[in-house]
Amino acid sequence: MNEKVLTQNFGLDHLFRIEVYLEQGGYRAAKKALTEWKPEQVLEEVKKASLRGRGGAGFSAGLKWGFVPKKTDKPKYLCVNADEGEPGTFKDRYILSHNPHLLIEGIVIASYAVGIHDAYVYIRGEYEVIALRLEQAIAEAYGQGYLGKNILGSGFDLDLYVHRGAGAYICGEETALLESLEGKRGNPRLKPPFPASVGLFQNPTVINNVETLANVPFIILNGAAWFLAKGLPNDGGTRIFGVSGAVNKPGIYELPVGTSLREIIFTHAGGLKPGRKLKAVIPGGMSSPILKAEEIDIKMDVDSVAAAGSMMGSAAIIVIDDRTPILEVLKKVAKFYAHESCGQCTPCRLGTNWILKIVKRMAEGKGEQGDADSLLRLAANIKGRTLCPMGDAAAMPVFSIAKKFKEELEASLKVKT
Amino acid sequence: MSREFTPALKERIEGVLAHYPNKQAGLLPVLRLVQSEKGFISAEDERIVAVLLGLRPIKVREVVTFYTLFARKPLGKFHIQVCSNLSCSLSGGEKILEHLKARLGIRIGQTTPDGKYTLTEVECLGACEQAPCMMVNFDYYGNLDPEKIDRILEGLK
Repeated sequence: MNEKVLTQNFGLDHLFRIEVYLEQGGYRAAKKALTEWKPEQVLEEVKKASLRGRGGAGFSAGLKWGFVPKKTDKPKYLCVNADEGEPGTFKDRYILSHNPHLLIEGIVIASYAVGIHDAYVYIRGEYEVIALRLEQAIAEAYGQGYLGKNILGSGFDLDLYVHRGAGAYICGEETALLESLEGKRGNPRLKPPFPASVGLFQNPTVINNVETLANVPFIILNGAAWFLAKGLPNDGGTRIFGVSGAVNKPGIYELPVGTSLREIIFTHAGGLKPGRKLKAVIPGGMSSPILKAEEIDIKMDVDSVAAAGSMMGSAAIIVIDDRTPILEVLKKVAKFYAHESCGQCTPCRLGTNWILKIVKRMAEGKGEQGDADSLLRLAANIKGRTLCPMGDAAAMPVFSIAKKFKEELEASLKVKT
Repeated sequence: MSREFTPALKERIEGVLAHYPNKQAGLLPVLRLVQSEKGFISAEDERIVAVLLGLRPIKVREVVTFYTLFARKPLGKFHIQVCSNLSCSLSGGEKILEHLKARLGIRIGQTTPDGKYTLTEVECLGACEQAPCMMVNFDYYGNLDPEKIDRILEGLK
């Protein structure tokens, strides 16, 4: 039984138009929340549902909302993270393009729960067509009274704007996203203070991923118990897994939180091409530590993947087969993080480039004995030594590849010398 | 070509600035508007934007040079951005780049002499299920192979 929730109506023509969305029962959850429930009730229900962030960190959305001070004279903001830059990730593109009103409805409910009257969707610059569609959906929602002043006669006001990024992976990091929204370079901020107290324009701010917010209407309509039953007791609902790489059927698969990684790859994504064998899997976007073929009998939920030494991240599964030299994977990883480091912290700015230099040398057949150890040392010296999680994001895949595939890396040196 | 901002552009800039509590926050969308009207952002454009938004010119330069989608020189009529990240390269992305280089007769980062095509190598475009993929201006093309690329190029007018 794999009942879809978020993606259930994705096959419908023109679901992105408000008439079609309303025909499917759209905005009923917003109506229920805004006219029948108090904001605190909404917050409590989402907390009970164990809705964990779908962007990468997997933090409880309800707790995050709860950190925003209730009594404050300052304006509060919601920033929706639609930057989707983690390599391998493409799930939010599906939500945004197929069902933008579901996101808008989630935004309305979340804003009501926290007492927010201004929200921004920060969408990656490449998603031009999708951003236009979202802007059209927002205009429709204003037109029908789901955004703007006195929404559904509840007395609650909310304005929603689309803000486009301009090509920078780092802006998916929440404080870099805030800097970017303020018209600056995307240099992450020192935490604390956390955005819940000092965020956008120095005001209390909630930052949630697209998929996280898209779950909220269903929690309101069906209740926290229903949502928990879809997933696990401390990690509710479904996840949209994005599978790419060496599988027969790359694509998105919405499945219960806790579905096994092996099942996702071999049952849903159709397994590998004939004659090829599984070599490794990156389970949660490029920044998550690599898993070897024998390590994929794990449940895909935030805690289980962490217990297996990797990271659920954005649930972007990249499958690598036995014909791909691991050095090729390492080259892509090293190049990406060296390119995307914002340059603010020395360990990340220099470390990622040193790693790239070594990996390039290895790829050119000029590797030296001890290079794999140098990679391990460099990665360990970046991890935990930067302002933002990008340092860890750059270090973890390199460390795990250099450790788990050390023999292959060293053997490739011998062949070439 | 004069780099003066047209009244229409200025009006669009005013419209977007209304979304934010201060002018600086409008910098990215304003630069985007400038680029879409003028094709790229010149040093003179940076100065005009700085004045309009009440910023020091260096604040504009910092942003223009930080984000990869801002162009500081003219791009070809068709800007081809090819992903060379992991999922695409696992699906033959390198061949796509090589084919485009050979077919267009330019290297990565160059524009054809007739000003028609610019070729750029980019990081993940967020369309890994259609790997290997590329963008031409704002349109996505996926599941590419050399023959498909030839057909796409022939269809560009």
